[in-house]
Amino acid sequence: MNRRMVFHICGMMTVLEAVLMILPLVTSLIYGEKCVYSFVAAMGAALILGSVLMLASKTDDHVIYSREGFCITALTWVIFSAIGALPFTISGEIPSYVDAFFETVSGFTTTGASILRDVESMSRGLLMWRSFTHWVGGMGILVMVMAVLPTLTDRSIHIMRAEMPGPIVGKLVPRVRQTATILYIIYIALTLLQIVLLLAGGMNLFEAMVHTFGTAGTGGFSSKADSIAGYSPYIQWVITIFMFIFGINFNLYYLALIRRFKSVFTSEELWTYTAIVFVSVGAIAVNIRPLYDTLGETLRHSAFQVMTIVSTSGFATADFNLWPQLSKCILCILMFVGACAGSTAGGLKVSRVIMLGKSVKRELKKMLHPRSVSAVRFEGKPLDDATLSGVGVYFALYMAIFLGTFLLISFEPFDFETKFTSVLACFNNVGPGLGAVGPTGNYADYTAFSKIVLSVSMLLGRLEIYPVIFLLSPSVWLRKR
Amino acid sequence: MKIIIAGCGKIGSAVIESLAGEGNDVVAVDKDNAVITELTNVYDIMGVCGNAADCDTLTEAGVSDCGLFVAMTESDELNMLSCFIARKMGAENTIARIRNPEYNDDSLGFLRQHLELSMAINPERGAAQEIYNILKFPSALKIETFSRRNLELIEFGLSDESALCGKSLTEIRKKYDAQFLICCVQRGEEVFIPNGNFVLEAGDKIGLTASMSEMQKLMKMLKSLKKSAKDVIVLGGSKTAFYLAQLLENSGTRVKIIEQDEARCRELTEELPFATIIRGNGTEQELLMEEGLESCDAFVALTGFDEENILLSIFASIHNVPKTVVKVNRDELAAMARNMKLGSIVSPKEITSNILMQYARALNNSSGSSVETLYQLFNGKAEALEFKVAAESKLTGVPLRELRLKPNILIAGIMRGRRTIIPSGSDMLTAGDRVVVISSKNRLNDILDILK
Repeated sequence: MNRRMVFHICGMMTVLEAVLMILPLVTSLIYGEKCVYSFVAAMGAALILGSVLMLASKTDDHVIYSREGFCITALTWVIFSAIGALPFTISGEIPSYVDAFFETVSGFTTTGASILRDVESMSRGLLMWRSFTHWVGGMGILVMVMAVLPTLTDRSIHIMRAEMPGPIVGKLVPRVRQTATILYIIYIALTLLQIVLLLAGGMNLFEAMVHTFGTAGTGGFSSKADSIAGYSPYIQWVITIFMFIFGINFNLYYLALIRRFKSVFTSEELWTYTAIVFVSVGAIAVNIRPLYDTLGETLRHSAFQVMTIVSTSGFATADFNLWPQLSKCILCILMFVGACAGSTAGGLKVSRVIMLGKSVKRELKKMLHPRSVSAVRFEGKPLDDATLSGVGVYFALYMAIFLGTFLLISFEPFDFETKFTSVLACFNNVGPGLGAVGPTGNYADYTAFSKIVLSVSMLLGRLEIYPVIFLLSPSVWLRKR
Repeated sequence: MKIIIAGCGKIGSAVIESLAGEGNDVVAVDKDNAVITELTNVYDIMGVCGNAADCDTLTEAGVSDCGLFVAMTESDELNMLSCFIARKMGAENTIARIRNPEYNDDSLGFLRQHLELSMAINPERGAAQEIYNILKFPSALKIETFSRRNLELIEFGLSDESALCGKSLTEIRKKYDAQFLICCVQRGEEVFIPNGNFVLEAGDKIGLTASMSEMQKLMKMLKSLKKSAKDVIVLGGSKTAFYLAQLLENSGTRVKIIEQDEARCRELTEELPFATIIRGNGTEQELLMEEGLESCDAFVALTGFDEENILLSIFASIHNVPKTVVKVNRDELAAMARNMKLGSIVSPKEITSNILMQYARALNNSSGSSVETLYQLFNGKAEALEFKVAAESKLTGVPLRELRLKPNILIAGIMRGRRTIIPSGSDMLTAGDRVVVISSKNRLNDILDILK
């Protein structure tokens, strides 16, 4: 383990966080809020910690392996959340540090689960920071750094692989740095487009930015208590469509940009994702038709809620707690599935679900025809057994951690539905669940212990389990290569 | 520049390492997924898994905007085909590895022209040529030639009794009346570009430039001239052995090739009328002794196994064979073999990556004074580059001592017309000269890069 390199990069990341806090700092300066000082203090802390880490662990050995990649990623995310929580606590608006940590982890992991009972009383600088963490965490903190700073090591692909979601992470172009830059350019362009469209719908700049960050990172923090419900149908549709857009694999946008439309339109994952969305919207619309007056309204609510869950954002325009059981059940299943690999969304990812389904089919076929030889094909190419068994193992770990987390918080005095969907919504980075943690509820009543357990499960969900496990395993740290 | 390497075997991987290290955007194409995964883990490159002659694979690799396409797969035919397709799909330059002797005769020109190949690389022939040079001048560990052999750079090791040991370069220059320049020294793992005060020690490996005739004179004075080999035993009937035997035959040297496979022996006898082909296992000491190992001038080990080559050349040195040449492909083994003072080590991999790096740098350069020849010295720790000075510039018309050169750079030779000049501080460059520059820790694309 190249510990020096791990700490060196983490130190660099910490300094970067101070830079990122400039945006909320400026926001609170514009609105003349008192929380300016809390940002200055947090930035100072980040700068000092980061510089110390960087200088104390300077090294000439830049070689890293996948082990270091995992640890750098997990450690960076933990440090980012720990420091990102400072402004909330220092300003006194979220007095408990555990609450602030939960809120920040929820932000960076683009979960959108909140402990705030009254969002609208928060100062705007802090709301901006809360939503900005979504945007930063959505595409990835380290991927951002790779795009901006000169290449640290030839092997930064290990870091990228640890941070980018999905079973197969490849490059778009030969250099990691260019790949990261392309991803961020697409991300920024789509973000700007959505801000403009929301402004056109009559939102002010602050709210447009907050909601765009929430959509782009598929996070779901809003500056309003009733989320998106109070906005016009136009704005609701814009957000619905952008949630869909940010749930698509970003590689496809690049392929479209270089005019390889054929690869885009034959993408199996994209078609499956689209099909899942349309079928769910249709089924829920039929199910909830009696609750609303017009067909248009029914469709709008159905589409918005489906998109918010499948893209794992967590906005809301309707309280789906009050919907019939069938609709709630569909939404719960969608929480597991999530959106495409290589997007900003959470969950298992559509591509994994497809691969799992196909390997199940192959196994069944093998039972009937024991001597048959068959390959599982995905995106037109046969998959090798390593990828397939990787997906299988991932699913097993995913279920184990899901059940483990559920067990850990089972002592809480809530009903079964609340606890089950809390874990579901946090682990899959969705945000709101059902029952007491539904769209109108929050996580404030959980004990500090459960909040930490849920924070860890959010990190596990965002980083796709492995980095966090390796960070916590002593054998990785103790061994010297 | 974007470079696509199709086929990532031993040589392909070495080429990827050097090209990616130089800052090119490299895309690797191979049919084996495991190879691609390994390469993308270690180098900052993109990998595409597939058949190199398949349009879809090439599209995925982005062939339409690539500056250089290199085909290095096992099969010559596949290399030619994929280069042809890549060229038709928009690759600006294509290089194919073509090593079958049947294609490497007169038909090569035809192939190159009609497949629109920029270059055909034959690592085996390159290795054979290098071995041939060494056998012609056995004092050297390695010989590189510039500008049609007007200037040579030889590498050789200093033994304990060498007259050069313990002297500074200024003293050496005063003592010997010959036009030469000691331009780089390897001591342990470090490579130095020495100045006049540098004192040589036994065990150093030095690089020395001189014209061909001066080189002979100097070696005579140093009493280390060995006669060129007249009786050579070659172990292993590989393609390299074939090319080497051809070269040696033409210069009247007796060649004995030992090869195990009967069919291969038959092929060799048909193609090499003057060489003696022995069928047998070359690792049997009895056989080697029977074939006159003790009386031959040089022993060249060219089997497919690095380890076998190294061990047998040790055996040959024990039996007082004056010169041994070993083919070693793997870097780690080559480094070990060098430490064992085994004589000359030849690596087809290194030869190929030299040629490709030279080509890629010439493409990266826009001003016209581009790299004409490039050799890696001392296992890649230093480079010797030949440039053509295209036009009047900051470099021309100024005495060399007044040029502000970057550290670790030395001008080791100037070729003006037919004259070869070993430069001193008062010499000047003029337009049209060819210049040999030795550099370590720098990457030069252009002759002007040597200035601060």
